[in-house]
Amino acid sequence: MDLKGRGALITGASKGLGAALAEELARAGARVAIVARGAGELEQVARRIRAAGFEAHAIPGDVGDKRAVHGIAGAAAALVGPIELLVHAASTLGPTPLRLLLDTECEDLEAVLQTNLVGPFRLTKIVAGAMALRGSGLVVHVSSDAAVAAYPRWGAYSVSKAALDHLNRMWAAELSSEGVRFFSVDPGEMDTQMHAAAMPEADRSALAPPRDVARRIARMVADAERIENGARLQIGEAA
Amino acid sequence: MKPATWPRDDALRERLLHLDLASGTLRDARIADLPALLREGDVLVVNDAATLPASLQGRTDQGAPIEARLVGELPGGAFRAVLFGQGDWRTPTEHRPPPPALGPGDRLSFGELSAAVLRSSPVSPRLVELRFEQPRDQLWPLLYRLGRPVQYSYAKAPVEAWHVQVPYASQPWAAEMPSAGRPLRWEVLLEARRRGVAVASITHAAGLSSTGDPILDAALPLPERFAVPAATADAVARAHAAGGRVLAVGTTVVRALEGAALRNGGRLAASAGETDLVVGPGYRPAVVDGLLTGVHEKGASHYALLHAFAPAGLLERAHEHSERGGYLTHEFGDSWLLL
Repeated sequence: MDLKGRGALITGASKGLGAALAEELARAGARVAIVARGAGELEQVARRIRAAGFEAHAIPGDVGDKRAVHGIAGAAAALVGPIELLVHAASTLGPTPLRLLLDTECEDLEAVLQTNLVGPFRLTKIVAGAMALRGSGLVVHVSSDAAVAAYPRWGAYSVSKAALDHLNRMWAAELSSEGVRFFSVDPGEMDTQMHAAAMPEADRSALAPPRDVARRIARMVADAERIENGARLQIGEAA
Repeated sequence: MKPATWPRDDALRERLLHLDLASGTLRDARIADLPALLREGDVLVVNDAATLPASLQGRTDQGAPIEARLVGELPGGAFRAVLFGQGDWRTPTEHRPPPPALGPGDRLSFGELSAAVLRSSPVSPRLVELRFEQPRDQLWPLLYRLGRPVQYSYAKAPVEAWHVQVPYASQPWAAEMPSAGRPLRWEVLLEARRRGVAVASITHAAGLSSTGDPILDAALPLPERFAVPAATADAVARAHAAGGRVLAVGTTVVRALEGAALRNGGRLAASAGETDLVVGPGYRPAVVDGLLTGVHEKGASHYALLHAFAPAGLLERAHEHSERGGYLTHEFGDSWLLL
């Protein structure tokens, strides 16, 4: 997918992989609209991208909030034009330190599903109809190896990512005939705040910098036509 | 006829009256039947404008309550807007008091948003151009946080953003929902494509349905922004070359396609701009062969537009049939297919 001049919407873009991806995609020529709950950090990312000579607009909002998603999609389309690339990088672990399932409150599981599964569903539902009408568009879901492996204490996050992977496959099954493409990607272990919250004892030097992972995902976006629709991709070992 | 006061659970079961233009007959159907009423080689053209959070509650500098309904963004970043005085959606528009007298330079505030009046229209003091003081980057997220969709006094509750979007909405250009497309679930659109019907789009800044000022209402529709992409111009040309028909979903699509063709000597080409074309009795469409539209009362400007596609006698019979059969009107109502 040639990103030059195309509208892209990236959630979870105030830090970590989302912020790095926004920078990479803007560098590749996309007009990016970036979303996160924290307005201050988000605006700093947008400023950094603009200072480098690329286009970025900050849209503060919570993808897990039903009332916010039409505003996120609408403001983004007003600012960058029709959304041709949607990246779901927003994600929450739920309460940390991570808890055993027997100690997980039902409400905490629901909140994780809202942000990691229902939010992406809502936003794609709003954006992908216009993609299907145009016969083109790409939606990327940022997944995790916790979607496949069952690590004790990662329950809420893990089931949300497993469901997100399958949501990715379902979208592809229904819309590949209309030219809309989907993939999910497991970025591997990265040196992010989220990783530190989940595994504070981890050796950071063994973790991949988000920027390196973002570069590889940006290349996948560029090559999206060659990727099987609905595929689950892995970045693999630290770059 | 009665309005539908709320979106219904199953759009596919909503009623569709087919006015068969060739035979002059009427046939009751459902939205789910639409693909079967089309032919391979036809093209269905929809308006992909998302509906703006166009209604902003605010105050003048003197503290008087005011509602601004944004009609659309103008080149240069100002907004055309219609102003209302005190009150909310429970009061029908025609009973809403006018806004206080405002002129160039007067300021309005809407929570964290503020705007200055650039000019008032000679047609009606309610119609103004506003310039928001916030840069676009800040303006759009704030508009969505503070604005609501234009409300309907006949609706049984306040309508939310998700009630007034078509299922393929893209850029937020429409002051009110381009409602003919509302019941077109993807089930219908994909079935049409499976049958060899092309589905294409234009973007048209559907305006307000009512302003509360009879003089301004008489001037509707105002000039409206539109864009016809090359892919749609090509789809229309291919359909016509092969004997297919062009079905417009809604009167805004008629305005965009016919307005674009008029600027190009009667032939549709990719174009963008504003159109002030008013289609009505006596107008001979150059591009559009048929129309999917809501059910309209006689006397509405939308009803007048139907005369460009169907003889008055057929429309008269369709109106009586709809009245007798309990067809529902307005934004969440049933549909007519003129084809």
